[in-house]
Amino acid sequence: MYDFAYQKPASVADAVKLLAGDPEAKAVAGGQTFLPVLKQRLNKPSLVVDLAGLGLSGIKQSANALSIGAMTTHATVARSAEVKKAIPGLAQLASWIGDNQVRHRGTIGGSLANNDPSACYPAAVLALGATIKTNKRAIKADDFFQGMFTTALEPDEIITEVEFPLPVEKSAYEKFRQPASRYAMVGVFVAKGPAGVRVAVTGAGQNGVFRVADMEAALAKSFAPDAIAAIKVSPEGLNSDIHGSAAYRAHLITVMAKRAVAAAG
Amino acid sequence: MAFEGIGAAVKRREDGRFLAGRGHYVDDMNRPGQVYAYIRRSDRPHARIRNIDTSAAAAAPGVIAVYTGADMAADGIGGLPCGWQIHSKDGSPMAEPPHPVLAIDKVRHVGDPIAVVIAETRMAAKDAAELLVIDFEDLPGVADIRAAIAAGAPLVHDEVAGNICYDWHIGDRDAVEAAFARAKHVVKLDLTNNRLIPNAMEPRAALGECDIAGHYTLSTTSQNPHVIRLLMGAFVLHIPEHKLRVIAPDVGGGFGSKIYHYAEEAIVTWSAGKLKRPVKWTAERSESFMSDAHGRDHVSHAEMALDEDGHFLALRVSTLANMGAYLSTFAPSVPTYLYATLLAGVYKTPAIYAEVKAVFTNTVPVDAYRGAGRPEAAFLLERLVDTIANDTGIDRIALRRANFIPADAYPYQTPVALQYDSGNHEMTLAEALKAADYAGFPARRAEAARRGKLRGIGISTYLEACGIAPSHVAGALGARAGLYEVANIRVHPTGSVTVFTGSHSHGQGHETTMAQLVADQLGVALDQVEIVHGDTGEIPFGMGTYGSRSLAVGGSAMVKAMDKIIAKGKRIAAHLMEAAVEDIEFKDGAFRVAGTDKSKALAEISLAAYVPHNYPIEELEPGLEETAFYDPKNFTYPGGCHVCEVEIDPETGVTKVVNFAAVDDVGRVINPMIVEGQVQGGVAQGIGQALLESAAYDANGQLLSGSFMDYTMPRADNLPNITVGTEITLCTHNPLGSKGCGEVGAIGSPPAVINAVVDALKEYGVRHIDMPATAERIWSIIAANRPKMAAE
Ligand SMILES: Cc1cc2nc3c(=O)[nH]c(=O)nc-3n(C[C@H](O)[C@H](O)[C@H](O)COP(=O)(O)OP(=O)(O)OC[C@H]3O[C@@H](n4cnc5c(N)ncnc54)[C@H](O)[C@@H]3O)c2cc1C
Repeated sequence: MYDFAYQKPASVADAVKLLAGDPEAKAVAGGQTFLPVLKQRLNKPSLVVDLAGLGLSGIKQSANALSIGAMTTHATVARSAEVKKAIPGLAQLASWIGDNQVRHRGTIGGSLANNDPSACYPAAVLALGATIKTNKRAIKADDFFQGMFTTALEPDEIITEVEFPLPVEKSAYEKFRQPASRYAMVGVFVAKGPAGVRVAVTGAGQNGVFRVADMEAALAKSFAPDAIAAIKVSPEGLNSDIHGSAAYRAHLITVMAKRAVAAAG
Repeated sequence: MAFEGIGAAVKRREDGRFLAGRGHYVDDMNRPGQVYAYIRRSDRPHARIRNIDTSAAAAAPGVIAVYTGADMAADGIGGLPCGWQIHSKDGSPMAEPPHPVLAIDKVRHVGDPIAVVIAETRMAAKDAAELLVIDFEDLPGVADIRAAIAAGAPLVHDEVAGNICYDWHIGDRDAVEAAFARAKHVVKLDLTNNRLIPNAMEPRAALGECDIAGHYTLSTTSQNPHVIRLLMGAFVLHIPEHKLRVIAPDVGGGFGSKIYHYAEEAIVTWSAGKLKRPVKWTAERSESFMSDAHGRDHVSHAEMALDEDGHFLALRVSTLANMGAYLSTFAPSVPTYLYATLLAGVYKTPAIYAEVKAVFTNTVPVDAYRGAGRPEAAFLLERLVDTIANDTGIDRIALRRANFIPADAYPYQTPVALQYDSGNHEMTLAEALKAADYAGFPARRAEAARRGKLRGIGISTYLEACGIAPSHVAGALGARAGLYEVANIRVHPTGSVTVFTGSHSHGQGHETTMAQLVADQLGVALDQVEIVHGDTGEIPFGMGTYGSRSLAVGGSAMVKAMDKIIAKGKRIAAHLMEAAVEDIEFKDGAFRVAGTDKSKALAEISLAAYVPHNYPIEELEPGLEETAFYDPKNFTYPGGCHVCEVEIDPETGVTKVVNFAAVDDVGRVINPMIVEGQVQGGVAQGIGQALLESAAYDANGQLLSGSFMDYTMPRADNLPNITVGTEITLCTHNPLGSKGCGEVGAIGSPPAVINAVVDALKEYGVRHIDMPATAERIWSIIAANRPKMAAE
């Protein structure tokens, strides 16, 4: 870790001002991705702006949306009665991120801003057609994820909350863990709700999360595992590494999708 | 008082401080005026160093010194020595290229140390290390053993032709050829033993100190401080031993990786002498991945000749063993005397011939890792036996029984040098099959099939060798060290006891087991006995802990020292009670005059020894303290049977170990709870090797699995409940009858796991699968064979 200055502002406006005022400044949320990066000296911020004092944590439910504050931890989402009831797949997903320590520090905002190609949340956000709200605008999930570790966010833009449209009729997440890191090697979120029937895949794609149109079409006709059992995903554009070839990941997408559909009931 | 002697499951006394966070590790030590070393390492597998510009680093804030290999050479510092010399088939000594402490002219693996920056803080040293300007000329590298011996391969050491360190053999080649010529069947198998990264919980650390009078102290994460003192003092830094003290305090796991003398120990000690300030270095986890000696990494071809009834006639093995870029301290012995000599296993194969080529590559040095050579031998043999069963149709258990060395054939001379003293393979097999409910397996398999799962069961009946010995034999085989152990037993005036042992505990629980042994034999309460280890300033020259030797060798030394204590105590007792020495009996902590009710407790005798007012001073020195050096007559030979049951999800290829039973013959057990823990830990590592772990390199030598993000350590949820049983035969040549239990788990389990995986996949026509049997590897096999099965 290199030396850096640290600030913990008390309002979103102040945080934005700090970030905008220094091109080398970086925000920190739970630090579960950011701190390892700093420790490996892969990033050299001049100033670290802690988002913990902005009051961005919490879960609110209205008639047609579930809103989760950007600083809400994975643990809070996992055990939230509202989330479990409204979107059980989302609570399940949060409960499978990392370990207990990670879940008590890591946040939904941090996960989305980071857009790790093997992170779990992007799959849910895309499959559920959520909206990412920032200090300046609302960004549709379809427009938010722009490839590996890349999002629509501008450098001084802060995610404030994530809004999931309700009612969600079905939701489930299945995760095939990369054996060492336990991140998603292939994670599939299936959902049926206001955004229609969607299948979003994380972990597998070189450019991060993506949807599988063939599966969505088949499930729209019949929301059952058999409907997609024969649908094969092309290995083209999928990751290949020491843990799994593109062909293996392609195969696992179908298996995980089937299991997610079965779990969604 | 509850029974605390030999055989009692006493809770580990050391755990109190460990669980409370009060362990005292090297990195916990801080000295006034201490400075910090950071080592700049190679990030490339193979490169020439054209120039190192240290000026910017030396001028950076807080920096005290920057040293390179050239600075060490200018001080006459030698390279790191190798402790074992192997001779090739043709009688020539192995290639032993220099192993500079800091690289000179060339780097040969990712992680090779190039320069050290010493600064007032760890961060300042690290910052400055980034300012070193190193002009590299990249060279092609080679990581794979087969590629390294191919014509035209890059040379790791310019002077070592073909990258061959040695080409060694053992056994009677002619007898083997003759047996193959008349064999009814020959079964062949190619197999790989995957490279592992030890990953002890505590990363390595070293703290060097030098006082104004030139007395040096090195505190280091070592399994054998005396060995480090000898190697570093005599061969590297030229510090006489009376001026060098090596301390290995609490050490958080070693598994072999902390046996060796590493560059960082020499760096901190040497620079502490130059700077006259304490110098500390602590590895970051990523440094551990690229600088702790790795384990295993063999590629082998094996062939068994059989008669018509499935009796083994002869075994022929050829193995390529990866040494990495340099020879680590005991590396040459691992694929030779700790591997090929074990190829008889538990079988009476009359003729065996093995040849082993050791090969240099652009990878981290490879050395002994939990099991060291014996897991490689057990994996080869037990996979081969199952493959024979597969190919010939003979039941795998019947095949093993037909070839077992029978219990009444002990002592048994193998055709590969070793003479086994005791064992009973039928007994451990029968118990393990019972413990695993082998008979009930078909029903469990059918039930799993109904759930769409492939269930398999595998067994391994293995044998290994611990407590490498005796010294003169090891010396004849190339060891440059003795292999005895020392114990010094000090009975204090009031009868409590301090035991100084040359063994070292880094997780094994010696402070409990050894105290139980001494308390039991001297008849004193457990809390009257303290075990001291890990400090050359306090302990006579001992050899340390590795190869499951601590109890069998170190404990035997204690028995010998106690014999001397008791003998002296009898003479004192005889004097005090006015009896003949021959009439004194020692039992339950008291010296009695036989046939009378006269008796003196140990504490009375010790008081008399230290306050010798009424004492046979003419014939006996005062004091009650004895030292014994014990050099064993032979190895010990633990063995046993492991049974593993797995379930495979055919859709994903994921294997779950659902049941594991180990029944081991470890000789006399002092503390069954500790034995159980040792076996379970070993099995966990064995399951890790079999299914998960792999040190992955690209072809050039770049380390791909350099962190826990990519190196799959086994976790609790990868492991089943591991049932451990012991069925013992006593070691016949040491006074305890103990054999050793530290490595059996890691030796017996990998073949049991893979045999179970192959069994689960048998419908798919699978004959062998290499480790780690990852989900992808298994899925690929299933995917490739599914169409074939459908067509049938
Ligand atoms: C051991 C371990 C295991 C893990 N396993 C998983 C897993 O299985 N699945 C998974 O999905 N993730 C996993 N993670 C990652 C974890 O979920 C992280 O918490 C998450 O990726 C980042 O969240 P954070 O709050 O920690 O963000 P930080 O690390 O603090 O920040 C990450 C990045 O996002 C930016 N940022 C943070 N918050 C905001 C915001 N509100 N607006 C704008 N930018 C912001 C930061 O500037 C930084 O660049 C794991 C992490 C660890 C350490």
